[in-house]
Amino acid sequence: MKLDEFFVTGEPLIYGGMVSIVLVTSAAIFLLTYLKRWGWLWQEWLTTVDHKKIGIMYILSALAMLFRGGVDALMMRIQLTFPNMNFLGAQHYDEIFTTHGTVMIIFMAMPFLIGLMNIVVPLQIGARDFAFPFLNALSFWSFFFGAMLFNVSFVIGGSPDAGWTSYTPLAGAALSPGPGQNFYLLGLQLAGIGTLATGINLMVTILKMRAPGMKLFQMPIFTWSTLVTTFIIIFAFPILTVALALMTIDRIFGAQFFTLTGEGMPMMWANLFWMWGHPEVYIVILPAFGIFSEIIATFARKQLFGYKAMVWSMILIAGLSFLVWVHHFFTMGAGALVNSVFSVSTMLIAVPTGVKIFNWLATLYKSRIQITTAMLWALAFIPSFVMGGVTGVMLGMAAADYQFHNSYFLIAHFHYVLIAGTVFACFAGLVYWYPKMFGHKMNERIGKHSFWWFLIGFHVCFFPQHFVGLDGMPRRIFTIIPEWMPLNVISTVGAFGMGVGFVIFVYNIYYSWKNSPRETNGDAWDGRTLEWATPTPVPFYNFATVPKVSGLDAFLSMKKKGETTFDETKLEAIHMPSNTGRPFIMMGILFFASFALVFEWIGLAAVGLIGTLIMMGIRSFDYDEGYYVEVDEIKKIERTVRGL
Amino acid sequence: MEKNTKHLPVQHIIGFLLSIVLTLLAVWAALGSDLPVKWIIIAIMVLAVIQAGIQLFMFMHMTESASGGGHVPWNMMFHGFVLAAIVVAGSLFTMSFGFTHDHDGDHSGHGSHQEEQQMHD
Repeated sequence: MKLDEFFVTGEPLIYGGMVSIVLVTSAAIFLLTYLKRWGWLWQEWLTTVDHKKIGIMYILSALAMLFRGGVDALMMRIQLTFPNMNFLGAQHYDEIFTTHGTVMIIFMAMPFLIGLMNIVVPLQIGARDFAFPFLNALSFWSFFFGAMLFNVSFVIGGSPDAGWTSYTPLAGAALSPGPGQNFYLLGLQLAGIGTLATGINLMVTILKMRAPGMKLFQMPIFTWSTLVTTFIIIFAFPILTVALALMTIDRIFGAQFFTLTGEGMPMMWANLFWMWGHPEVYIVILPAFGIFSEIIATFARKQLFGYKAMVWSMILIAGLSFLVWVHHFFTMGAGALVNSVFSVSTMLIAVPTGVKIFNWLATLYKSRIQITTAMLWALAFIPSFVMGGVTGVMLGMAAADYQFHNSYFLIAHFHYVLIAGTVFACFAGLVYWYPKMFGHKMNERIGKHSFWWFLIGFHVCFFPQHFVGLDGMPRRIFTIIPEWMPLNVISTVGAFGMGVGFVIFVYNIYYSWKNSPRETNGDAWDGRTLEWATPTPVPFYNFATVPKVSGLDAFLSMKKKGETTFDETKLEAIHMPSNTGRPFIMMGILFFASFALVFEWIGLAAVGLIGTLIMMGIRSFDYDEGYYVEVDEIKKIERTVRGL
Repeated sequence: MEKNTKHLPVQHIIGFLLSIVLTLLAVWAALGSDLPVKWIIIAIMVLAVIQAGIQLFMFMHMTESASGGGHVPWNMMFHGFVLAAIVVAGSLFTMSFGFTHDHDGDHSGHGSHQEEQQMHD
């Protein structure tokens, strides 16, 4: 293979991308060397098994991916602003909408939420770490390397260009030769290992490691949403794993599962993809519901209205999420009976979702609302998400879907649910738990600026797309006709508004780090749940003494009784897991193997796979039992962080 | 935390080797054997059931008594079976719109013409 086949050539924008990658990497290497921080990077971050640090790494990576996916989005919006724009070519446009979708769902939304779960769930249930801390580190590195593998495609080998759904036969070897589509398959496969492992890890953590006395129906609602999500992950992700593996075998080893020739069934890919894909959208929305529930209860200063109804509606949504997948391809031609069945099940899912909306409204009703930045995001979520829900029911009607399918009406719909639901929740959750993570709040004034820019930009961008969709503009086209221009211009303006909001948000991280007053106690918002019972910064073992829980909103009753998580009479040595670099190394090797497989260098891939197996063997004979933190040391740490 | 005893998990190793052997057998049945298609399918099905049995009895907690600290996860197993049923039955149902392979003249699927007929009604 020649070098000009290995690197992507001929696109000025991609040359720009290469230059910026080289610059950023050299700057990072220079800074780490100049400040003598390599040891710090390795010991504090790359080898950590601490769920809080892993969570922070998840969120940082997700913000970087949000930037990448956002730049993709802005480039598409520029191209679509005027008819016959000459900004992106058709091929480049195809690549960009593919990477935009994949990056946003797989490498932004999920890791962001999993990052928040990492940090918050153990704190909310009174646990000292995950059930399997080694596995947690492994999950993060699997996601990280999967994301890197996918992202490197735009400078090396060429990006996938068959849409984030990667439908066959288009995505098959016959119509999409070259490494692009392999990047999609193997990047997702690599990251999927981590997602599945995190699902199992969090489920065991929640089921087995709750504070004494905490019953399932006394868990904070975000933990509940996480538990329900882990069930969906565990049941849905294997379907994706198998589907990706089958297509990989198709493409690299010449099998015929999804091909047009040799008795393959291309439509089976769509079927399997959405069997995972529909539960996937609930994987990214249920935690968002949990985050909003926490924020609304905290800043409405009331117990969450209808806690049990909230939990049961999530369980119902999770169950139904496995029964609606066909609504993504009504127009495939499965016939009236199949479409009707899935139409009905789709509309059913609106019922538990509606229950949740009314419960949030009832929580807000007659409450004394504190308008903080986090609360603003939550308040904006409710009406925006309802609009997405209503268009969802419209799309769910199979007959009507023949009109809406693959038009900008659909684009508007799913951006209304995914941005107003998931992205707002990520921002809200980050702002809300920020003081717990970093020891200071994000600046409220700047935070509100970023909120308004983003919210208004969002509606300006996506509201017109409903109409341009009804005017017949299909998705995934790289140039528009003059009739669609006015609404597209408005849309582009809105997209840049969202971009400004994001930039302000990131600036706020820097500004707050410089200027925000440091937290003096752990309870930044007068919170209700256990994570606020820990001091800030949270000691690495979280709880010096684990409180006994006897009801909902455990920290509220602790505050009434004057209890803390530092009861000197009850201190015992704490058992903690040791740091380890193996997850990083193992996933690094698997990254190498996947990269080789992308280019179909089978020998090198086999070497990488053997390396991974050796790492697994080493892990099997690992008898490291962790270490104990002695009582004296706990006392010293707790007195320092609590200022006693 | 009791001290870990450093003995080999014999049962797990046997189970691991058995599942690899079964997988290779299935690969051979599909690629290397001259069996008729019907028998290949039956053979793979039987191998899959044995494989599932190995997983359940040699790796999972099917043989642990409730008093021994573990318990049989009936609940999860039930959900797993329901989901597998949804995946299989749902796929058959969804893909039952008459996508046949009779383009090469060798038409062997029963009733798919009938279904196609209904589709066009």
